[in-house]
Amino acid sequence: MESKQKLPPIQLDALKEAGNIGAAHAATALSALLGKKVLLHVPGVSTVSLNDISELAGGPEQPVAAICLRVDGEVKGMMFFILSVGRANRFIRQLTGDDTVDFSSPPASELAISAFNELGNILAGSYLSALSDFTSLRLHPSVPAAAVDMAGAIVSSALAEASVTADEVIVIDTVISEENAELEEVKGHMFLLPDASSRQVLLEALGVGT
Amino acid sequence: MMAAAKIVKVGIAEMDIAKVPATIRTAGLGSCVGVVLYDLERGVAGLVHVMLPDSGIRSPEGKLNEAKFADLAIGAMAERLKKEGALRLKAKIAGGAQMFQLSGAADTMRIGPRNVEAVKQQLAVRRIQLLAEDTGGNSGRTIEFDPKTGQLSIRTVNAAIKLI
Repeated sequence: MESKQKLPPIQLDALKEAGNIGAAHAATALSALLGKKVLLHVPGVSTVSLNDISELAGGPEQPVAAICLRVDGEVKGMMFFILSVGRANRFIRQLTGDDTVDFSSPPASELAISAFNELGNILAGSYLSALSDFTSLRLHPSVPAAAVDMAGAIVSSALAEASVTADEVIVIDTVISEENAELEEVKGHMFLLPDASSRQVLLEALGVGT
Repeated sequence: MMAAAKIVKVGIAEMDIAKVPATIRTAGLGSCVGVVLYDLERGVAGLVHVMLPDSGIRSPEGKLNEAKFADLAIGAMAERLKKEGALRLKAKIAGGAQMFQLSGAADTMRIGPRNVEAVKQQLAVRRIQLLAEDTGGNSGRTIEFDPKTGQLSIRTVNAAIKLI
């Protein structure tokens, strides 16, 4: 059932480099928005099964706050922005100046959800525009969708909505951490999952096509 | 008699079976539907974590994972249970939620209800009686079925555990 399609190291490195460029721009945008230093780094690029994606996000039942959006343009794919509920609360309290924001007891206010969506939009936008400049490919994010629930439920639903039917996907992972913040149970993540049909276009634009 | 009963774990787009005293469980159902087919007398149950309604939208290349699609999963599971000696199958289902609160209007995002519909249609075609369901809503679910009692327990992030 599982056909492991390993990418050669040169292609993984190129994707990781592309991820780092996107992450650097997103980190600048996020730091400016929150008025504090936020660090983003790309630990790696991997080909994973559907079940492994929710493991990357903290486990299938782990409650998280997530934004999903579709990437359109010359490369198509999905983007996820996943935070622990506690961190999402802090970020959005800071952005809105509303200390009552609490994603752990639904329904969250319209304002909080819209601010969270906007945060995802800005991060994805800066990540993708950097990637677009680097590769000369047209890339743009679609309207973001937010959810606070089990990581597995969110990720699998977003992939199903996008009709991603492959059993394995490439994940360009980005870990989000803050300066001087205590360790959290769930790391913040941004995932970029290029569609299987866009894989070749992206690799060719990075100069490592086959 | 201290041995803890085994829990068979089923991942996204996977299927498996459990026999008494084991139970069977799948975590993080969103728009996916968990379908339990069981024969209480024989003490055997199968669980499928269905992700999409119809295998027709798959890409033509690549091997097909039957557990992923409602139109293939129910039949495949029923076959497997019959090989295990199950005779009269009953069904319980859970899942098919709408996970996203959209800022823009998009009624294309309704894979959850479509999954539920497709599962029910398959059950009807195979004359498998659906005894209980907990579907729709906006919450992710983790479900666990006990083939000894025929009870399906459903856990969500914000509500108490529910038994159907």
